[in-house]
Amino acid sequence: MTRRLLLTGGEAVAHAMRQIDPDVVPVYPITPQTPIIQVFAKLVANGNAHTEIVNVESEHSAMSAAIGAALAGARTITATSSQGLALMAEVVYIAASMRAPIVMAVGNRALSGPINIHCDHSDSMLIRDSGVIQLFVENAQEAYDAMLLAPRLAERDDVLLPVLVCQDGFTITHSAEPVELLDDETVIRFVGDYSIPFPLLDTAHPTTQGPFAMPDYYYELRHQQDIAMEHALPAIDELGAELAHVTNRPFGALDPYRLGGAHTAVVCLGSTAGTVKDAVDEHDGVGLLRICSFRPFPEHALRELLAGVDEVIVLDRAASPGSRGPLFTEVAAALYGSGAAIRGHVYGLGGRELHLDGVHEVIDGTAGRYIGLRSARCLA
Amino acid sequence: MPGLKQSEELRPGGVVIRTEEDRLRTGGWRTGLKPEVELAKCVDCLLCWLYCPDSAIVLEGTHFTGFDLDVCKGCELCSVVCPTGAIEMVAE
Repeated sequence: MTRRLLLTGGEAVAHAMRQIDPDVVPVYPITPQTPIIQVFAKLVANGNAHTEIVNVESEHSAMSAAIGAALAGARTITATSSQGLALMAEVVYIAASMRAPIVMAVGNRALSGPINIHCDHSDSMLIRDSGVIQLFVENAQEAYDAMLLAPRLAERDDVLLPVLVCQDGFTITHSAEPVELLDDETVIRFVGDYSIPFPLLDTAHPTTQGPFAMPDYYYELRHQQDIAMEHALPAIDELGAELAHVTNRPFGALDPYRLGGAHTAVVCLGSTAGTVKDAVDEHDGVGLLRICSFRPFPEHALRELLAGVDEVIVLDRAASPGSRGPLFTEVAAALYGSGAAIRGHVYGLGGRELHLDGVHEVIDGTAGRYIGLRSARCLA
Repeated sequence: MPGLKQSEELRPGGVVIRTEEDRLRTGGWRTGLKPEVELAKCVDCLLCWLYCPDSAIVLEGTHFTGFDLDVCKGCELCSVVCPTGAIEMVAE
């Protein structure tokens, strides 16, 4: 029996966590992630989940504890945002290199400075190259679905990487919508038991983990993450299809919308796709390609889906001062030589809203490179 | 680099299983002094075992029997923490 509840994205993730019932959750509160751990801690206190919550003193400690727990043999989930993810960054790289299958819910929020609490994707982009899988969801329902898929993806023997479920801060984390929850038994069956090849607590088979690697092995061990990402890409679609079997909702690395026969395609991440879908409904020949899996980046599938398109418009909710937006450079590299014209726009930094009018201007070609920016250069 | 493993042959994260690897003989790092014990003075407190950073303290159960000089780097910690003066650093 499925249930429909009015939930925010943060609450939806907390409910997914209750159903997954992880062994360990080391976590430190930070806006806009806080509702996730706040709701989950209440569920644990009420006996609805049996998790050991570790109240650490910082996000650096949260990820360090998460690595220890996950490698010991415990299913481990954590959550963070913005400065928390920045503080965690050093250890996120280590989690990926030690192949710790940790699941992390991220409420995307602008990085300081200036200090801000609202949504953009600069925090996720900070750890772009860390070796973690990053799934960007469109709404609270998909945040729930992605959280159920995440442990399966992370714990696959041929993947063994942290999986981040990234939802737009406030826009998703704090906005309530009807969310359909699976029944507990279905979730338990789908997620299965936690199993990793070399658990530290298997004292009959002692191992050394995270060994020092000199020039003779560092390169090969770093490359392992590349191979794992290659395995993760088809796994996202396979697991998405398996999940869709019980949810009746599609889930995949890419989400194409009205792309059939389109001459123009908008490409974006996250909740903005909702606004873009409404906008392209009013334009003939314009479609959307929402990217759910930013890491691994579905380069070949993206190129195939955009093969018939003359113009590609990339919307970046993060800036890279001195260069172009991170999503733009990815898409441009993927489409190199395809003949499509590619336009990149930055928008929505620090929670600046992108409304329908703004998307129409982008599609009409009247928007500047920096959408909604008050600057003489915004029309450049 | 001949003799080294391919990326695909390494365990995830470079996990090492000790029994499958050649033992590293770091005893060659000593610079002229090695520890020596006068077992008559030893009270088996095992502080040396606790402090040794290199598994160079050899035990039989909880009884101290001597040093594994293949891995002792000559750091002198054991001789400093020994409460009965049983361990001394001597020339190689």
